[in-house]
Amino acid sequence: MAAVHPVIAPEARADAVLDVRDLSIDFATPRGPVHALREVNLTVPRGSVVGVVGESGSGKTTLISAAMRLLPDNAELRGGAVLFEGEDVLRMSPQALRNLRGQRISMVFQDPMTALNPVLSIGQQMVDIQYRDRGLGRAAKKRKAAELLRRVGIPDPMQRLGNYPHEFSGGMRQRIAIAMALLGNPELLIADEPTTALDVTMEAQIIHLLRELQQDYQSSILFISHNLGLIAELCDYVVILYAGTVVEQGTVRDVFHRPQHPYTEALLVCDPALLQDVTRELPTIPGDVPDLVNLPRGCIFAERCPRVFERCRAEDPATRWVSAGHAARCHLASPLERS
Amino acid sequence: MTVLLDVKDLRVRFRTLGAIRAKLAGVADPFLDAVLDVSFQLRAGTTFGLVGESGSGKSTLGRAILGLTPIESGTIRFDGMAPMGLSGSALSAYRRNAAMMFQDPVASLSPRLTVKALITEPFVIHGLKDRDLDAEARRLLDMVGLPANFAGRYPHQLSGGQARRVGVARALALEPKLIIADEPTAGLDVSVQGEILNLMARLQRELGLTYLIITHNLAVVRHICDEMAIMYMGRFVECGPTAEIFANPGHPYTHGLLAAQPHPDPDRRRQDVELKGEVPSLARRPSGCEFHTRCPRAKERCSTERPEPREIVPGQTLRCHYPLLDPAA
Amino acid sequence: MSVPASDPIASAALPAGTAAPRGAGVFRQIARDPMGLLGLTLATLLVVTGLFADWLAPYDPIGIDVRNRFADPSWAHPLGTDNLGRDLLSRVIAGSQIALIVAFCTTFLAMIGGLVLGLIAGYGPRWLDNTLLLLFDSIYSFPYIMLALAVITLFGSSFFIVILVIAVTTLPAYARLVRTSTLGIKNSEFVLAERSLGARAPRILFRHIMPNILGPLLIIVSMDIPVVITVEAGLSFLGLGVPPPAPSWGRILNEGYSFIRQSYWIVIAGGLPLILATLGFTFLGESLRDIFDPKLRKRG
Repeated sequence: MAAVHPVIAPEARADAVLDVRDLSIDFATPRGPVHALREVNLTVPRGSVVGVVGESGSGKTTLISAAMRLLPDNAELRGGAVLFEGEDVLRMSPQALRNLRGQRISMVFQDPMTALNPVLSIGQQMVDIQYRDRGLGRAAKKRKAAELLRRVGIPDPMQRLGNYPHEFSGGMRQRIAIAMALLGNPELLIADEPTTALDVTMEAQIIHLLRELQQDYQSSILFISHNLGLIAELCDYVVILYAGTVVEQGTVRDVFHRPQHPYTEALLVCDPALLQDVTRELPTIPGDVPDLVNLPRGCIFAERCPRVFERCRAEDPATRWVSAGHAARCHLASPLERS
Repeated sequence: MTVLLDVKDLRVRFRTLGAIRAKLAGVADPFLDAVLDVSFQLRAGTTFGLVGESGSGKSTLGRAILGLTPIESGTIRFDGMAPMGLSGSALSAYRRNAAMMFQDPVASLSPRLTVKALITEPFVIHGLKDRDLDAEARRLLDMVGLPANFAGRYPHQLSGGQARRVGVARALALEPKLIIADEPTAGLDVSVQGEILNLMARLQRELGLTYLIITHNLAVVRHICDEMAIMYMGRFVECGPTAEIFANPGHPYTHGLLAAQPHPDPDRRRQDVELKGEVPSLARRPSGCEFHTRCPRAKERCSTERPEPREIVPGQTLRCHYPLLDPAA
Repeated sequence: MSVPASDPIASAALPAGTAAPRGAGVFRQIARDPMGLLGLTLATLLVVTGLFADWLAPYDPIGIDVRNRFADPSWAHPLGTDNLGRDLLSRVIAGSQIALIVAFCTTFLAMIGGLVLGLIAGYGPRWLDNTLLLLFDSIYSFPYIMLALAVITLFGSSFFIVILVIAVTTLPAYARLVRTSTLGIKNSEFVLAERSLGARAPRILFRHIMPNILGPLLIIVSMDIPVVITVEAGLSFLGLGVPPPAPSWGRILNEGYSFIRQSYWIVIAGGLPLILATLGFTFLGESLRDIFDPKLRKRG
């Protein structure tokens, strides 16, 4: 059943940097197709930070790969589109794709070394990625690189341009990776668990930095994380992915304060940071993520849902509006009539 | 309650350069102190949390207690015995009584062995030939809540949570008194984290286990640990009952760590970052109090004079000249 | 930038046996690849010929028949006869036995030696590692022909000496491979976990480290079988191989070379099986490598 409702308010959708529409992707495997993403709708409005929350197997990685069209060979597009500035990434020409990756969309990875070449100085790398900018001389490119390094909190940036990645600590490398990602003035920044490999004090600093940069540059950020605390700290909107479907989305306040999907509710309850009273009996979500090869009938969460009732096992719920911009894919979500 | 593990003035150091190379390079001190002056007691049947950032020495301390990393000086007494001086059968007995769970649930399992081989291996290593390995495998799988047909699986066929359960079963095989768990929840989804911690709590109740939990996750420590210590550059900067420390952190570093934990509430966003910068390299250990380079309360004295551990409130010890806790109160 | 390989969905969906297909599946996979099928056929042919050489050979391979010297290929002698009137077909068939025995014994010896020494070098103390490395490099840098000359001058030529010389010269390559893999694995978390349980070095080496190294090692070894066959032929050609009158292919080539003007087919009779055997085992080895370790294929 296709999700007929647009999920984020139409006015936000009109000025979206990234607009994923009814995206369904399968992976061919010897066991049969894995339905990795099913009818995923997601919008990144210009100048906002959208968080994607999902546990392992939720399809986070597939979603990012689709946004950059870096899907593995065994991926098969079943339907939908990924509109970047109105243009479908999945049907773009190779030339347009080259412009897209690294220039119009950049990425910050969990491991900063993914983005850094270990045998080149960071100055060299930061000058190299400005190759598209023919009008600028080498010295000017270096100045621009140093300026960005200063902005992300690297002391003595002019001197440190000559250093190699291994001469920096993990936190510094992640700052450099962020500076490199911002160098091309991307329209969208995708941050894939950028702080998972870092210590808490460094994590707090990086999140703080991302928020400052977002405000300074009015950038649009798609922030992938499994850490609800970080999502609450940084994001304007949040999308909850479960087993390849968007089960709930809306503003961070709406979703965190008035979760409408039982899965979101359970996730929030499970976070030990949210438990007021000290307990040895931590809440859990019983059961396992369903097999994405043989999808269950009805609602994808029915097996583990504490509020499951007959209809859930028979009928896959449609995405329903609860309030403007807040939607949940659950039979129990009380829909709000829109004019 | 009896003290199961008593660690006194423990020091662990790593050689950075060989003796000849150090001479040639003119390096006077080719060592890094990973653990320094660590003393604590672990009471039987309780859970102790070791908290710190990477490079704090928390994992090294755990490994040193099990004899996986040689110690430079200090003493470790386990159940009244000093295992580090032991050899042969006595050391083997110690290994049976103290088990370790490693960080990565899947990578800490030998990849070519089946689950049954993995969880019954402790019996084979310790020469317990009279055991019925099939029965033991069923018993252990049942104990950690895995179906018996998992015995034939290989590690790469397990999810993170299942692999973690196998790790627990393996640690439990020889009925140890102490389990040292290095980041027991690392790499697990939030919902699975709870399951593993609940399993560990249940086993503690049923078997009277003692846990030493090494983690950076303060939210977890708050719920499962009776006592905790915060490590910074190899030293305990604060140590005491978990509830006290969470209620009244005495050391500025503890306070900073607690403040750095993100809170899943969009209305409680932090406006500023309390702890700036990062842990200095162990090769360039700051003078005086190691934390003074990042401490918001540091005064001149902190960079020259090293604070000694003081018991500010009964049970709560910390190393700070200007603690947040007022000793007079 | 590449697609994150750790996509939980894509990898979770892979079947359990991604690590190594087993049993009959391997043959089916080899047969699917035309080169692999060709290799498998040639190798099987060679092995069968070698195993049943005594029954297959129509004449005594070393039986001299002076009246029939340099006979052209005929129904009686499909490959003709050589300068002493020996039946070439019988000699080639008997030669396959020698080639096979040398190839398998040598690679087996070299593999066992390389495995043990490599494991010790990789897991043992630093000084032992350095000593063994020095040993490996010295052997490696020594041309095998020189070694063969020296050893044969000292001890005389025999089947055993040939196998030993080739084994000793191929061993360092295996030992280095094993050592490097051991170094990588010995610091992995599961080895630390075994140590924490109190497992001793032999158990860790042979039960936990070795099974993880054996796969890649077997692939390299299987690809070395054709190399060993040519090395043995080379030594025999130079008169340093299996002593006469044993009909090694290299010796047939050598003898044929002397009489190439009288009867060119002797060289063909000695050379063709050598080429077919080498190609057969090479194709088979490559096919096996692609099945068991697809990563190597992209690099190669």
